[in-house]
Amino acid sequence: MPCRYLIALSLGASLLAACSSGEPEWNGHDIAGIMPDLTYELTNESGETVTEAARAGYPRLMFFGYTYCPDICPITLARIQAALKQLPEAQREAMRVLFVSVDPERDDPARLREYTSGFGDQVIGLTGSQKQLKALHKRFRVTYGYGEPDDDGFYLVSHSSAVFAFDRQGQARLLFNQDVTADQMAADLSRMLASAP
Amino acid sequence: MTDWAFLLLPWETQWWLIALFALTAWCYGRGLVRRRRWRDVPAALAFGIGLSSMYVVMQTGVDYYAQYMFFIHRIQHLILHHLGPFLIALSMPSAILAAGAPGWLRRLGALIVESPPIRLLYRILQQPFIAGFLFVGLIFYWLTPSIHFDAMLSARLYWLMNLSMAVDGLLFWWFMLDPRPPGATPVTRGIGLRVLVLWAVMVPQIALGAWIYLNPNVVFDVYAVCGRAWPVSPLLDQQLGGLVTWIPAAMMSVISTLILIRFIFNHERRPTVSDAAPQSATS
Repeated sequence: MPCRYLIALSLGASLLAACSSGEPEWNGHDIAGIMPDLTYELTNESGETVTEAARAGYPRLMFFGYTYCPDICPITLARIQAALKQLPEAQREAMRVLFVSVDPERDDPARLREYTSGFGDQVIGLTGSQKQLKALHKRFRVTYGYGEPDDDGFYLVSHSSAVFAFDRQGQARLLFNQDVTADQMAADLSRMLASAP
Repeated sequence: MTDWAFLLLPWETQWWLIALFALTAWCYGRGLVRRRRWRDVPAALAFGIGLSSMYVVMQTGVDYYAQYMFFIHRIQHLILHHLGPFLIALSMPSAILAAGAPGWLRRLGALIVESPPIRLLYRILQQPFIAGFLFVGLIFYWLTPSIHFDAMLSARLYWLMNLSMAVDGLLFWWFMLDPRPPGATPVTRGIGLRVLVLWAVMVPQIALGAWIYLNPNVVFDVYAVCGRAWPVSPLLDQQLGGLVTWIPAAMMSVISTLILIRFIFNHERRPTVSDAAPQSATS
């Protein structure tokens, strides 16, 4: 009799396993349902206050950084640029990349505009007050912090290294960390855009 | 000025948790006043430090740093799972809490504690092998890199993680530091068996801590993904976290062993339960 239960149990377990393996894995991290919708109030490259409504209807990538960043920010923006180049033209044209500077002290709108223009037309620089930046960070469970300035006044900033992907409705879909290559990112983005009209 | 407010106020306010801590502290304080016994003072100190340390790591600015710095997260769990519950269990607060609790709460508590399903569940969870397995298993589960990643990203999982550590910590140390002679209750186990469990949980904790500390690669990349509270080398953060998992956690087993040995002397000085009431002796 216990034997029968065992068989039923193992059958059930294998059925469950079969169900969960139906969907192919993403290269990035699936955050649908884990992370909230995109909502923000920030300052754009012209110094105007903008909200997520300004880019409503566009699928968006969001990345936090600062223009004096020595490594992660330029590398990541270059990787995003390389990934976007692989997308079919219609998909590429639709994408917007939000580069949110967490260093408003040094990154004024003019400097942001100059910096983002080096990484393609789709990159939009944003920044904000500490209050606005903190609200956005808390929403996505990320943070940033400032190091001690050296003799020249230069200081490091710790920030999230993740690229967040949102669909046209502004719903959080994917998170790419530093291990994801441009090819993998392009494949995921193409699939995300194809699955959500 | 704002920094003080940031440090003292919760990062993510959980009203029910604040209410639970406040109710417990209020009952305990009232119980102390009603009993007016000098020998309650050391226990009250242990209970007070244990309870407030658990509150501080969950409902003050410390929680923010624990979310964005791996080694502070490890200190948070050391307090939630080891130090806080250890001190609370050591203080044996049941009598004082019962003395201070209002009548309806005492009756409700008794109703819950004495209900057959809860008693059965408690006996299962306090079975030595299961208690030890849960204690170590939860540490390993939440430190599995992919699970840790999700837990730090999802607010719901994050609270589930911290609460499971706190509840399991209370269960484990309650089981471990029961001062009654073995056999006094069905879950009061022999000292030798308890020491065995303590040492059995110490070895995997040392192995895990050492693995984190000595790892040349960053295993917990979620702190890079989410950003750190201040700029620090990811490997240094991980090494500090490994040390916290390794040394103080293992030390707790050693300290508890000494306390258990002291229990043996206490038990030898008074008649054992089996002499006084042979029918209740089970082991």
